[in-house]
Amino acid sequence: MTESLKTTPLDAWHRRLGARMVPFAGYAMPVQYDLTGPLAERCRGGVMAEHLHCRSGAALFDVSHMGQAMLTGASAAEALERLVPGDILGLKPNRQRYTLLMNDAGGIIDDLMVANLGDDRLFLVVNAGRKDVDIAHLRAHVPDGITLAVDDDRALLALQGPAAVAVLARLAPDVAALPFMGVGAVTLAGAGCIVSRSGYTGEDGFEISIPADRAEALADLLLQQPEVAPAGLGARDSLRLEAGLCLYGNDIDETTSPVEAGLTWVIGKRRKMAWDFPGGAIVRDQLDNGPTRRRVGIRPDGRAPARGHTQIVMPDGGDEAGIVTSGGFGPTLNAPIAMGYVRRDLSEDGTRLDLMVRGKPLPATVVALPFVPHRYAR
Amino acid sequence: MAAKNSDRRYTKDHEWVQLDGDIATVGITDHAQEQLGELVFIELPATERTVVANEACAVVESVKAASDVYAPLAGKIAEINETIVDDPAIVNSDAEGEGWFFRMELDDPDTFDELMDQDAYDEYLETL
Repeated sequence: MTESLKTTPLDAWHRRLGARMVPFAGYAMPVQYDLTGPLAERCRGGVMAEHLHCRSGAALFDVSHMGQAMLTGASAAEALERLVPGDILGLKPNRQRYTLLMNDAGGIIDDLMVANLGDDRLFLVVNAGRKDVDIAHLRAHVPDGITLAVDDDRALLALQGPAAVAVLARLAPDVAALPFMGVGAVTLAGAGCIVSRSGYTGEDGFEISIPADRAEALADLLLQQPEVAPAGLGARDSLRLEAGLCLYGNDIDETTSPVEAGLTWVIGKRRKMAWDFPGGAIVRDQLDNGPTRRRVGIRPDGRAPARGHTQIVMPDGGDEAGIVTSGGFGPTLNAPIAMGYVRRDLSEDGTRLDLMVRGKPLPATVVALPFVPHRYAR
Repeated sequence: MAAKNSDRRYTKDHEWVQLDGDIATVGITDHAQEQLGELVFIELPATERTVVANEACAVVESVKAASDVYAPLAGKIAEINETIVDDPAIVNSDAEGEGWFFRMELDDPDTFDELMDQDAYDEYLETL
């Protein structure tokens, strides 16, 4: 582990639990745990077991590497709306929305969560690896009178799974009333937290922003609940892949548009009338005339996974058809799964394609996303 | 801790090798399976394939990543363990026994002693 890696407020906590720490986006992060004692009886640890525990109980993730920031000012929503395709002016207090920072070419600078905390405050959660880019972009584009405060002194915990609501409501009954994508101020472990009913696993669950110095107390309190086991970045990745959710840097980046990525649902109704966001004209043209490629789900035949960067070719002649952007094994399905971009004419469900794995064509089928149905609280 | 295997040799890529005449049985070490985590897919070389030392000739995949398994020495693949292809979890539960990968006919059985013995491998693990 290199000296220069940043640590989250839960670093020592992870190591005590038997985490295998790896570098990720400049942070030392737990990729999986080798659990011992009573915890091992709940979940024996390892990517597979942690993944399955999240689908059946409640998994606790440390996602403090992600960027948290507050955008404050009377015209904060208006200012942010100029940079994203979402309806931010229409975002009600105590509601959260998934949106995209766009570039002028219709590409995606980052995907992020925006929560309206009321009193002209927008709470942003951005990807760890894009923090610096996003903050610089926001600072360069928001007008005077709006402040952007980066919260480096807060941790972010995610409690995900069908048992998450029962667990968290035991500690703070109010959270049970939060709808999907609802946000509220909640006291947990004696600390003022921002809790949202959202996540990155396809399951019901919560993300909890908490002052760094109370993160360990909350993590311990959550682990004392019999349904909860810790889970690392390995399970987080396989869970989001099964849920068909994009990973920035893999599935979306500055060269992919929301239309290509299948994220046109993030464009607000009003924004679709005005097209007044960066790259709006390009996005509109792609919506009207179809993009050249589309993000699709892919099920390889057999058991061999196809990883990111795998070439996708036509079954007959081997002509180029696209590329895998995320791929691995889906523990819930007990089968390999992948996502990638293919030519639009090859993007229909049921299309047969070959994945070039270790120099050999591996037959596969285009399928609808998600692979595992979402179970959000509706 | 496993008993000392005086008839086994090890590579820096975490393969174990057991020699019987000029036939070497090859697998990955318990350390390797533990580092990889639960295996979900294994690809073995074709029998009769000729390999040189350190040639990638098998693949193991966990949920998260794919890794190569190398031929520890030069020779010809004589037999493969189809059981682990059907059930990769055997490698996690018994890497240095039932979870063997393949048997190979060594070009030169004397090369076996160029590999690390158990003590040397244990020392090597300490340095990682």
